[in-house]
Amino acid sequence: MRLERRTHTPLSLVVLAPVAAIGAALILAAGLVAAAGVNPLAAYAEMLRGALGSRLAITEMLTRATPLILTGLAAAIAFRARLWNIGAEGQFYMGALATAALGHSLGLPGWLGVPLLMLTGMVAGALLLAGPAYLRLRFEVDEVVTTLLLNFVAILFVGLMIEGPLRDPLAFGWPTSVPVDAAYRLSDLVPRTRLHIGLLFAVAAAAIVWLILDRTVFGAETRAAGLNARAAAFAGVSLPRTIMGVALLSGALAGLAGAVEVMGVTAGVTTTMSPGFGYAGIVAAMLAALNPAGVVVSAVFIATIFVGADAMGRATGVPSFIADVIVSLCLLTMLVALLFTSYRVRR
Amino acid sequence: MSDAIDLLLNTSLWEAVLRIATPLIFGVLGALLCERAGVLNLGIEGIMTMGAMSGWLTVFLGAPLWVGLLVAALCGALIGLLHALLTVPLGLSQHVSGLGITLFASALAAYLYRLIVEVGDLPPTIEPFRPLPVPILSDIPILGPVLFSQALPTYLALLAVALLAYGLARTPLGLAVRMTGEHPQAVEAQGLNPNAIRVGAVVAGSALMAIGGSFLTMVAFDSFFPGMVQGRGWICIALVVFASWRPGKALIGALLFAFFDAYQLRLQTVVEAVPYQLFLMAPYLLSILALILVARRAEVPAALMTPYRRGER
Repeated sequence: MRLERRTHTPLSLVVLAPVAAIGAALILAAGLVAAAGVNPLAAYAEMLRGALGSRLAITEMLTRATPLILTGLAAAIAFRARLWNIGAEGQFYMGALATAALGHSLGLPGWLGVPLLMLTGMVAGALLLAGPAYLRLRFEVDEVVTTLLLNFVAILFVGLMIEGPLRDPLAFGWPTSVPVDAAYRLSDLVPRTRLHIGLLFAVAAAAIVWLILDRTVFGAETRAAGLNARAAAFAGVSLPRTIMGVALLSGALAGLAGAVEVMGVTAGVTTTMSPGFGYAGIVAAMLAALNPAGVVVSAVFIATIFVGADAMGRATGVPSFIADVIVSLCLLTMLVALLFTSYRVRR
Repeated sequence: MSDAIDLLLNTSLWEAVLRIATPLIFGVLGALLCERAGVLNLGIEGIMTMGAMSGWLTVFLGAPLWVGLLVAALCGALIGLLHALLTVPLGLSQHVSGLGITLFASALAAYLYRLIVEVGDLPPTIEPFRPLPVPILSDIPILGPVLFSQALPTYLALLAVALLAYGLARTPLGLAVRMTGEHPQAVEAQGLNPNAIRVGAVVAGSALMAIGGSFLTMVAFDSFFPGMVQGRGWICIALVVFASWRPGKALIGALLFAFFDAYQLRLQTVVEAVPYQLFLMAPYLLSILALILVARRAEVPAALMTPYRRGER
């Protein structure tokens, strides 16, 4: 038995891969749910109800999906160019912090302030990734390790700021940053829920990223750099420029996730405001096979798991860490599933 | 300022260096072994978390400490086997697989811990390894407490450095491992199976990583909490590059790093004007700096991250 590269991948396999991966992950995780003494089917049903069973549940789930779409896009665009940005978590925090810092006392009307603050978050995120990208291009330093290490630095920096210059004096000692001004809070998408118009921004971002990747020269260069860097360089693609462009775009998307989360949900920044949006974004990107439209779908799926697991935990006592187990298993099973979209087994 | 210098003269600082270095030594050796055979193991952070949890849990459930060490190593080996199967025979992206392994192992450790252990206001504790002074040697002034009054796993770490350095450089198996990382086709030509060697190296390396993680809950501290590895795994990956993939240099790197870490911890207490977060950032920034310094002249194993498929070039 050996693997043989497919000359083309049928569309059915492209769709089937994530479905099979998710199914496999759920089956594997079922063993762990059963170990908690709970019927896995009942637990999964509870999970679906918790995330999709009511109007409120759905809005909560979509609120959770919003930053995930953006961090998923950040990972998708970077991974396409084989720029291993594992630092979306840190870029998210830098975007959030910059937005809160500027948005607290920006004397501008809302219609002008909101776009400006989103741009601020994007710049902050992009700057944090520009460093590792520069180090890779200039010194050949592996960006996986630098982006991972910078996640810790970024969160410590947030801690430093919210206990220092950006500390909210009205928070009764609870360590949180000053909030963004009410004028820059994103309006509700569904009244009396937490769901805000940031969801629309995230979906629009997916469309724009799709346009950039699929319909521009830069997008073609990105794909070329990822498929075969040497051939791309030979064909006249400037690799440093492409890699740096991808890094700025990827970091900006993750920073935007932080900005939108601050303006839409939390108002202030804390060191625990992200339940791993950056890391889960990588799973969202992989489940979507790095396709921007697919990222929207996979982010909604991951948000369903996370919100559903919280509800299931309350109802059945299964530790809600099961969500992290399922999502991380999806990454591994999807990786295997993707192998079968590009290879076939031959005897 | 004189306080900062006084700290350097205090033996407690130097005692702490070897203690702080121990999990890093295990982790660096583990990562180094994987990479020398040609496999990048970014699962390290999760494997260390799993080692920390499983070792602790074994002791918490009533087994002796040394059984805890063994269980940690076994759990690490199993997770390493998963990474090896995905990246060696299947040849999947070592970056993405490693990251997935880290996310999975960290989540699994947290899940199992929460499932089995009742957590009240305070996390439950175990009776950790105590310092084991070496007779006679530990009575030597200064050197005695610094080198010879450590806990058992620290001595094991130093032994592991010597064994791995000797094994890689001087034994046929070590040669085969190194050759697999440089030129797997040549290994095949010698009648050996490069993929079997890679799987073996990743499994053994992951066991070392997990022992390093278990040090955190069984020596340095006496309880477990999710996220306690705090990027030590990533630091180890950086240290491997810093050490040019050599066990001896890895030991020096881990000790240097541990010295800075021990020093910044103590400096926090005397330099009050500087926010503590800046000190905590130092280890991560230092790792990046180390990478920049050596990156250009790094002697990367030639076949690192290149999957080997028979007959494919």
